[in-house]
Amino acid sequence: MKKELNDNWDYSSSLEAINHIQLKKKYNLFIDGKWIAPSKNTYFKTINPANEETLAEIASASKEDVDLAVKAARKAYTNVWSKMPASERAKYIYRIARLMQERAREFAVIESLESGKTIRESRDVDIPLACNHFFYYAGWADKLDYAFPNQKIESLGVAGQIIPWNFPLLMAAWKIAPALAAGNTVVLKPAETTSLTALKLAEIIEESGLPPGVVNIVTGFGETGAAIVNHPDINKIAFTGSTAVGKIIQKALVGTSKKVTLELGGKSANIIFEDAPIDQAVEGIVNGIFFNQGHVCCAGSRLYVQEGIAEKVIKKLKQRMESLYVGDPLDKNTDIGAINSKEQLQTIEKYLKIGLDEGTEMYQPKCTIPKKGFYCAPTLFLNVAQSSIIAQEEIFGPVLTIQTFRTVDEVIQKANNSPFGLAAGVWTDKGSRIFNLTSKLRAGVIWANCYNKFDPTSPFGGYKESGFGREGGLHGLSAYLKLS
Amino acid sequence: MSRLEVLKTYKIFIGGQFPRTESGRYYKPLDSKGKALANICLSSRKDVRNAVVAARKAFGPWSERAAFNRGQILYRIAEMLEGRQAQFVDELMRQGSSKVAATNEVNLSIDRIVYYAGWCDKYNQVLSSVNPVSSSHFNFSSLEPMGVVGVVAEQSTSLIGLVSLILPAICGGNSTVVLASEKLPLCAVTFAEVIHSSDVPAGVINILTGSPEEMAATLASHMDVNALITSNLETKLSNKLALLSVDNLKRKFDYEENWVEKDKQALHYISDLQEIKTTWHPIENVGGASSSY
Repeated sequence: MKKELNDNWDYSSSLEAINHIQLKKKYNLFIDGKWIAPSKNTYFKTINPANEETLAEIASASKEDVDLAVKAARKAYTNVWSKMPASERAKYIYRIARLMQERAREFAVIESLESGKTIRESRDVDIPLACNHFFYYAGWADKLDYAFPNQKIESLGVAGQIIPWNFPLLMAAWKIAPALAAGNTVVLKPAETTSLTALKLAEIIEESGLPPGVVNIVTGFGETGAAIVNHPDINKIAFTGSTAVGKIIQKALVGTSKKVTLELGGKSANIIFEDAPIDQAVEGIVNGIFFNQGHVCCAGSRLYVQEGIAEKVIKKLKQRMESLYVGDPLDKNTDIGAINSKEQLQTIEKYLKIGLDEGTEMYQPKCTIPKKGFYCAPTLFLNVAQSSIIAQEEIFGPVLTIQTFRTVDEVIQKANNSPFGLAAGVWTDKGSRIFNLTSKLRAGVIWANCYNKFDPTSPFGGYKESGFGREGGLHGLSAYLKLS
Repeated sequence: MSRLEVLKTYKIFIGGQFPRTESGRYYKPLDSKGKALANICLSSRKDVRNAVVAARKAFGPWSERAAFNRGQILYRIAEMLEGRQAQFVDELMRQGSSKVAATNEVNLSIDRIVYYAGWCDKYNQVLSSVNPVSSSHFNFSSLEPMGVVGVVAEQSTSLIGLVSLILPAICGGNSTVVLASEKLPLCAVTFAEVIHSSDVPAGVINILTGSPEEMAATLASHMDVNALITSNLETKLSNKLALLSVDNLKRKFDYEENWVEKDKQALHYISDLQEIKTTWHPIENVGGASSSY
C-alpha cells in the first residue's frame, strides 16, 4: 500500500524559551516620561490566548489620563521636539531602533505570548520589521525637504494614534516612527488585548533618553480611544482597525481641523491563472490567508482560480492544509497559532455557521487543536457565490472562500466588486497580464507572484472603504506633515 | 428693421448630451440690475444620479487613456475657450463683472487649463517611486485616479472657480459631476459647450445647474462617488456634506482659496485626488552571475 507522506508523522515540540523575558505583574501608563497609575485606579487583565492564563495587569486610562498625556505631548512638542534640530531628532529615532534590535528576541516572545501569533512569525517578521521601520524613518527626519520639493513643510503637532491587536508592535512602529521623524509628538493607545509590547517599547523609549512627553502610551479600551479622538488639542488622528470603527472616528472628526488617516478592513482577492507556477501559488494562497491566523487586514481571503486548474489547485491546497500545524504559538513547528481573543473566535465561528447556512461546502483538515485556549482550524469554503456573505464581509480569521473564473475581464470585475480595496494577489507567468491586472485592480497594494510582503520603504494603504492615507515609504510621511 | 436676437436656452450637461432637467423645474437668477438672466435648469436628485452613472461609465476609459492624450485633450479645451473668449467675457459682464475683471478671469481660466494640460503626463513621474525593499522583490508605487469626483463649484465666481476645481480632477484621470454656481450659472453651461467641442469623452465632465444646497447632499451620500471637492462653502453645509461622505469613506477636500489669484494652481490639487498603488514582484535570484564586472 502506498503510504502518504504525512501519515503517522508527528513533530517533537520545539518550544521557544521564555525564561529570559522580563514582565512586570502590573503596568501603569507611560505619560511624560514617567509611569503613572491610572486616575481611577482601574486595571484589567491581559491573557495568553493560547492557554487563557493571565500575563499581567494593565492600567485602564480614563479621559483625565488621556488629557494628561495630551498635555505632556503638547508641552514636549512646543518646548523641545519642534525646536530640536532635525538631525538630532533622527539620532533619537535611530537609538530606539537599535535598542529594539538588541532586545528583539524578548519582544518576539512577549508578542507571541500575548497575541497568539507563532514565534516564527513574531521573530522573523513582526519584530524585525518594527525595528527596521524606526531605522528607515529616522533617516528621513533631516531630509524632508527632499521628499516634498517646492512645498512648505510643517509638522502637525500632537498625533493621537490608535492601533489594533493583529500586529501590536509593528503597528506601533508604523505609527510612531514617521510621526516622530516628521517632528510631531505622540499619544498612542494599543489594543486592549495586546498592550505589552507597546509598554515594553515605552521602556526602551525611556532607556533611549527621548525627552519626556514626546511619546506617551495610554492603555485601555474603546473609551480611551474615544477620549483621544475627541480631545480638542490633538492635531492628527491615525487609526488602524475595523471599517466600522473607522467610520465612527471619521464622523466624530467632522467639523474639526484634525487631519486623519485610516487603515481599515479588507477582503482582498488572490487570483491564480492557469499558467501560474502552481506549487508556488499554493504556498502563496496558504501564506495569503493563514499567515497570522488570518488576522490580517490585507489577507487574501477571496481566492479566484481559473477554471482549467481549479481542481488541481484545490486538491493541492487541501493536501498542503493537511500538513499545517495548529497549536502552541511558542512551538517553532507551529504554522497557525492562537486566535487573539474569545470574542474574535466567536466572530469567526459565526461566519463559519453563516457559510454553512448559505449552502457552501466547508473543508477543514484533520488537525488536533489544543483543549485550552482559542483556536480555529484552517478552513476553506467551496461553491461560494459572489453574493455570499462569507465572500463579502471581512472575517479576520483563517477562512478562505474559493471561486472560479474563465476570463481576465471576468476576474477583474469579480475582484473589484467589493466595497474594500486594500490589496490583491495575481499569480501568472505572463508579464503583460500582470501589468494589465495591477493597473485595473482597484486596491492599494498588489502582490504579483507573491503575497503578504511588507517593508518600511513600501507604502501601504487602501482604496475605497479600506481607508485613506499611506503608511510606509516616502508617501507615508505626508500623513504627518502639513504641506502647502 | 433691426434683427431679432436669438436667445440661448441654458441646459445641463450629462453624458455628453444637453438635456433640460428631468424634473422640468427652473429658476431665474438675476443680473446685477435685478433683471432675470435666463430660465436656468433647477436640477434634481435624479439628475445627479444620472450624472453619476454617466461619470462612472466614462471613468474607466478616461483613466486608461494615454497621459499624453489626456494632455492634448485638456490643451484642446484651452484652444476652444480662447476662441470663445468674447462670449465668456460678455456672460461674466451680464452677471455683474466689470470688463477688466471679466477679461482677466477668462484669460486666467485659459492659462490655468494650459497649466494643467501640461501636468497630465508629468505628475506621475514626479510623485511615483521605486522602493528599495530588503527582500528580493521589485517594488514600485505610482498614482491612480480615485474615480468619480463630485465637485461643488466655488459659488462666488462663474468660471474661474469651476475651472480651478474641474481641471486637476480630470487631468489626473478622474471623471466629474459638477454643481455649478447657483447665482452665476451662465459660464458653467457655456463651458459645457466648450467641453463638448474639445474631444473630452462624454461623461468625463457632467455639469448641473441649480441649488447646491439641495443637490450636494445627494452627491455626498452617493455610494458610487469616490471623492468630493468643494470650495469656500459655509461651515454648516460643509460639515453636513462631510458627515454624509463617511458612509463610503469618500475623500473630501474643502479648498478655501481665492481662485482669481494667479498662483492658485498646483500639483497638490491633482495629487489630492489620486490613490497610491504599490506593486510587488519577486526578482529571480539563482546566484552565479553578478553585475560587478
